[in-house]
Amino acid sequence: MLSTVLTAELRAGVLARLKSGSKSYYLFVAMFGMLLLASLASGLHARLIGYDHAYNTYREVPWGILISTYVFFVVTSTGLCLVSSIGHVFGKKEFMPMARRAVYLSILTICGGFLVLAFEIENPTRMAIYNVLSPNMTSNIWWMGTLYGAYLFFMALEFFFILVHRYKEATIFGLLGVIAGVVAHSNLGAVFGMLHGREYWYGPFMPIYFIASAMMSGCAAIILFTWLAYKINGKEIDEPMADTMHVTNKLVILMILVIMFFTAWKIISGMVGTEGKLAAMHSILDGPMSINFWVIEVGMGMVVPLFLFLASKGRNMGMMVAAAAMMMFAIFFMRFDLVVVGQIVPVYYELGVKQYSHLLTYTPSWHEIMVVMGGIGFVGVAFLLGEKIFDGHKVEHH
Amino acid sequence: MRFRKLKLDELEKQSLDSVSKYERRQFLKMGLAITGVFAGGSILSAVTTVDSADAVEFAEKYPYKPHYAMLIHQDRCIDCERCMAACVKTNEVPEYGYRTTILEKDDAEGVEQKRQFIPVLCNQCNKPPCVRACPTSATIKDPKTGVVIMRYERCIGCKTCMSACPYNARYFNEEKRAIDKCNFCLDTRLSKGETLTACAAACPAGVRIFGDLSDSESDVFKRIHTMRAAVWVQRPETGAMPNVFYTMG
Repeated sequence: MLSTVLTAELRAGVLARLKSGSKSYYLFVAMFGMLLLASLASGLHARLIGYDHAYNTYREVPWGILISTYVFFVVTSTGLCLVSSIGHVFGKKEFMPMARRAVYLSILTICGGFLVLAFEIENPTRMAIYNVLSPNMTSNIWWMGTLYGAYLFFMALEFFFILVHRYKEATIFGLLGVIAGVVAHSNLGAVFGMLHGREYWYGPFMPIYFIASAMMSGCAAIILFTWLAYKINGKEIDEPMADTMHVTNKLVILMILVIMFFTAWKIISGMVGTEGKLAAMHSILDGPMSINFWVIEVGMGMVVPLFLFLASKGRNMGMMVAAAAMMMFAIFFMRFDLVVVGQIVPVYYELGVKQYSHLLTYTPSWHEIMVVMGGIGFVGVAFLLGEKIFDGHKVEHH
Repeated sequence: MRFRKLKLDELEKQSLDSVSKYERRQFLKMGLAITGVFAGGSILSAVTTVDSADAVEFAEKYPYKPHYAMLIHQDRCIDCERCMAACVKTNEVPEYGYRTTILEKDDAEGVEQKRQFIPVLCNQCNKPPCVRACPTSATIKDPKTGVVIMRYERCIGCKTCMSACPYNARYFNEEKRAIDKCNFCLDTRLSKGETLTACAAACPAGVRIFGDLSDSESDVFKRIHTMRAAVWVQRPETGAMPNVFYTMG
């Protein structure tokens, strides 16, 4: 099948498009490419000297920016899958024009997430073996890992079948991808939410919040990437796509409101929690994480984008893209704060002992930051090349 | 191990007097139902919190013999740290990590005493959050003794168990390339005929009492069931049901 798809004609077409980029296009490809290479070097160096020397995670704070970046990419991927499924799987015509790109991006972002995670897990080869040989069915990590593997497989197949115009099969795999994605993603939330020893995370909120957050992130991502794509291809956004952006705008507004509601109640209910819970709440409200929370998470991630999206009326792309870009930046910090705040209250905090009477601290090391850049570099390169290779993910009518 | 059939569902309606001594002892030997519960509470309160199927199933599925546990007399600890040194030596614990440590509690307003030391270690929980969370079953409860052990070769180093543990009992051991934690010296001492862990043997002040909960004559068992003695566990709200108990006096 592959040989019939990759005809000489097709290959020629792809090459021609790849050669048709502007100077700034090649500059960006080179930049993201170098970022990716630098990141790989950094990650390999970290492996060489030992993660205990390269990264700033430690016994009391075992999860840092690499885990939060993985979460960021995976949430974005699941969100893009959900957003694409509204068109492809559930047949809502207004969402169809951006669905192909969304599927492609969902594949890229999950790969970016895996890339970052590969430099976090101490023994990734053992993972490949023992996840299969001695799985633990009560482990959210196991379910998440296995299902995200299946999800990637399904999404890749969906994309392939879209390319070869076999839309019935594409829809089936799209649906399987959505199911796998939702179950995997809620398990990712449950990785945190089912840890009874971590008061900030424990409860049914995490799995639910992750799914809603994914939808919000997916909308923001597709608005941003659609605009970037049209810039790369040197075209104006056509009417069908403008209508799609208009309706996506409504969805993103709804999702921001949902997330605001969730966040507000998480904080309010946290204020009647135990000392440990309160300590975590205060760290984000008026403590060391408060700038991250109020300025970036709330300001740049929710309030300002909400107003921009509302003011744009779904038609002013400039406002929408500014809002989407701001959100993507802020959402990265949302994940970081989530992972870090859950750990900076020591587990023995309420014991009142000298060693654990203060909040713990964590700031990423340069090695960790560079590995994070690799995820961004990978997505950047693959997205840019994908626009040329797949001819702007143009939609045929089916 | 066979048990006389216990009508646990009916126990809710009965008073303590109608539960025979034999039934009580058999019930207590199951371990799960009593650990993690303030010993000052009544036995019935332990029963009603346990689903009857769970308790019997637990005893049949995990007949821990011996059911290792530790009782820590918090007020006796003088922070000499011989327990920590013995542990490091016996179990080759690297200097960047620890399997057991001693926390210090200060109270400026303390009456007579202004400082107390609290030894902590892996609680070998009955419902270990780490075991539940591990993706590759690299950490499991030893089916014979209930000790939460590591199968080092399966550990992928995801550190979920470190996040899951409510007691900061785990650390990543670079030399083993896996997570390491206290295992009650199961491989280094108990399986070689010793009856005490290295820390319990080294303590000069009688802080760490190591014993077998399935033996009703053991000190640990007796203390836990002395109703007027205050016995507690760390962070009972997490539902982990530790096998390390704390007391004073």
